Order: sequence, then C-alpha cells, then structure tokens
Amino acid sequence: MKSRSLGGLLFLLTATGWPADGTKNWDYTELQKAPEKQKAKLNPMQNDPDASAAGAILFENHCEECHGANAEGTRKGPSLCVKEVRDATPGAIFWILTNGVVRKKMPVWSKLPEQQRWQLVSYIKSLSGVDSKK
Amino acid sequence: MNFSDFRRWSFAWLLVLGLLFAIRPSRAQENPYIVVYDHNLEEPGNLEIEYFSTVGTQRGGPNYHAYWMEFEYGVTAWWTSELYLSGQSTFDDSSVFTGVRWENRFRPFKHEHFINPVLYAEFENINGADKIMKEVEGHDVESDFLTPNEESRKEQKHELELKLILSTNYKGWNFAQNTIAAKNLINEPWEFGYALGASRPLALKASSHKCTFCRQNFIVGVEMYGGLGDRYSFGLRNTSHYLGSGVAWNLPQGWTIRVEPTFGLNGFSHQFLMRCGLSYEIPGFARKVEEVFTGRHE
Repeated sequence: MKSRSLGGLLFLLTATGWPADGTKNWDYTELQKAPEKQKAKLNPMQNDPDASAAGAILFENHCEECHGANAEGTRKGPSLCVKEVRDATPGAIFWILTNGVVRKKMPVWSKLPEQQRWQLVSYIKSLSGVDSKK
Repeated sequence: MNFSDFRRWSFAWLLVLGLLFAIRPSRAQENPYIVVYDHNLEEPGNLEIEYFSTVGTQRGGPNYHAYWMEFEYGVTAWWTSELYLSGQSTFDDSSVFTGVRWENRFRPFKHEHFINPVLYAEFENINGADKIMKEVEGHDVESDFLTPNEESRKEQKHELELKLILSTNYKGWNFAQNTIAAKNLINEPWEFGYALGASRPLALKASSHKCTFCRQNFIVGVEMYGGLGDRYSFGLRNTSHYLGSGVAWNLPQGWTIRVEPTFGLNGFSHQFLMRCGLSYEIPGFARKVEEVFTGRHE
C-alpha cells in the first residue's frame, strides 16, 4: 500500500513537472501571438552596455533550470538559440516573459520589475547559438 | 515525539534538503508579505520550504511563540499547492502541535492583466491552540489566546477557507488585496477577513555582477489585515486589525529571509507581533526526484 502511495506521489510530481519526452518538438508560435503593439515595443535597455550582463545573471537565477545553462533547451523548456527567437522582436519576447505561457508550463515573470525583464530580453537577443535541440 | 523534537527535526530537514539540492545557483524573488498573497505562483516543478515564526505579546496572560513550516510546490504554471504544519509554545505553559493545512491557489486567466485574480482554497485540520495568525477572520481577538494549551488543544477545527486574491504589478510595485471567507465545517457561520499589501524592491534594475547586498535583493513592503465579522454581524467592529512593515532579503542559492514587526491597531488586537521567515527554494525539485528514482540525468 505504501509503495502504491509513493508511486502515486512520484507520478504526480513527474507527470506534472515536465514532459517525459526528451526529444519534444517545441512550439514557438506563442511568439507570434503577441499583440502588434507589444511586438513593436523597443527595448529601453538596448543602449545600456550592462543590460546583457545583468540579463545573463537573471537568466542563470530564473531561467536556466528549464532552458539550460546556455539557453540550449532541456526536457523542460525549449532552446532559445533558434531562428524563431532570434527573429522575434524584443517586444514579443518581453510580452512572453510578462504573460508566460501558463498552459504550457512557462511561468509568468511579471514579478520581476519591468527593467529586469528588459535586461533579460537584452541577454536573450544576444544569444547567437546554432539551432540545436529544437 | 514531543513538539520540541518536531521543531528540531524540521530544522534538520531544512538544512539537509538545502545541502542536498544546492546544486544549481538560483535566487528567489520573494515579496516580504507574511499574511497577504499576491498573484505570483510557484514556478512549476519547484519546491519552496519555508519556516515562519511569530512572537506575540499577550495582555492578561503569557506571551507566545507560534511557528509553522510550509512546503510550497508549483504543480503547473497556474496551480500551486502548499502543505503547512504548525505549532506554538506559550511561555510558562507548554509547546503543542496545532495542526495541518492544505492550500491550493489557481490562476484562472492565461495572460497577465492590470488586476490579476487568483482563487485560493484551503482545508484546515487544526486545534484551538493554534496561534500562527496566518490570517485574521470573524471576531478573532487577543483574549482568544488566554485559554491554557491543555484546554484549548482539545477543541478540533475542520475549516474550509476561501480567498479571492487580487493583485497587480505596476512600475515595480506590487499591490495586493485578499478577501477571506472561512467556515468551520461543524455548523458555525461563515467568517470574513481582509488583507492588503504593497511592496517594492529597493532597486528595479538588476546589477551586472553577482552580489548579496545589492539593493535589488531587498524588497520592502507594508501589509494590513484584520477581521470583518461573520454573516450575522459583518463589519470592522469587535475584531482585531494589524499593520506590519517588513523586508525580504533574497539571498543567493535560493534563500530568503523575511522580517516584519507588526502592531495591533485597536484594543482587540495583540499590541505587538514580531514575525520572521526563512525560506529555501529548490528549483527543479520534481526533476531531481525523478533522477533519484530513475537514474536518468539531463
């Protein structure tokens, strides 16, 4: 009985925590769903020379667990070193950070002040990796 | 196991888990609230272990120290579930375990709005000696705590508590309002309460180097909470109200320290409460559990 309860708990933890499929094809269409007005927003930190470095620390603290240390993607979250993200406007990435994709396990990051979300955008836009693990 | 053993074990667990899981650096972004909830939920797969403590003054009786452990798990990005274990020590009296709470918070909307609702449902299986004051409801007053533990612990409460959490993040500030409705399932009327909070980090931009004492790691805030009577006598009278001002210090490796001195606002309230919290966030807890049992690593 005990092992059944433990099994149930593990199932709950693992089934809800992340997809079991390591080769998942991630869907980037949420980036296209950002309203046009949001997509057109310019990054107020784009001329700040420290923004990308600060964004890298924020990424390490809050995003690395799902997206990987080099944003290469993991079983929990997609790679950010892909064409779809590189082609996305800073405003679209900012919109995703602000709203999350809660039905697909991407949390809302509005608890980070706006300035920090833009610093994250600066870092994500600075990534130049190859299309890996898509 | 007596209750001081329970506390010792709780601390030991916190330390062991901290050591076990301190693999990847992580920094929590916790607000300073102790009573108020905002709309930010736990990240999916993360587990936050929290220890809170309230030392309260008591007129007409001995002061007390109430404490509780919280295990907060992000089930999905729109659902957070939390288990509480609570106890208290009343000076010149005794230490008792006061019960268990299980709460769930749900985010009904997909996107962020100017005001964001979160639905909260909690089941409490506690006894009458409970003093953690996680919220104030109905006609909760200071003199309720005068009953000796031996007697008050005999009263069993099975309570359902519902909250509507409304919260907004605006220009670095968070403003949150909670409306509380609670019912002891043993034929007692619905009781009501409220909690209001505002908080802001000392700096909105993150530093470009890793630091512990940077201003962005400190979030200051104020919260006010109290009862609103019950369905037969609704209102702000004949119940207690509190105002507290606190700070949360978000440390590296997922630790957060909270301190909040709180003052009673009327004659029905405790005059002073000293509230503190220590929490540790384990990112990717679910993944780590899976790795332990399956041996599969990223």
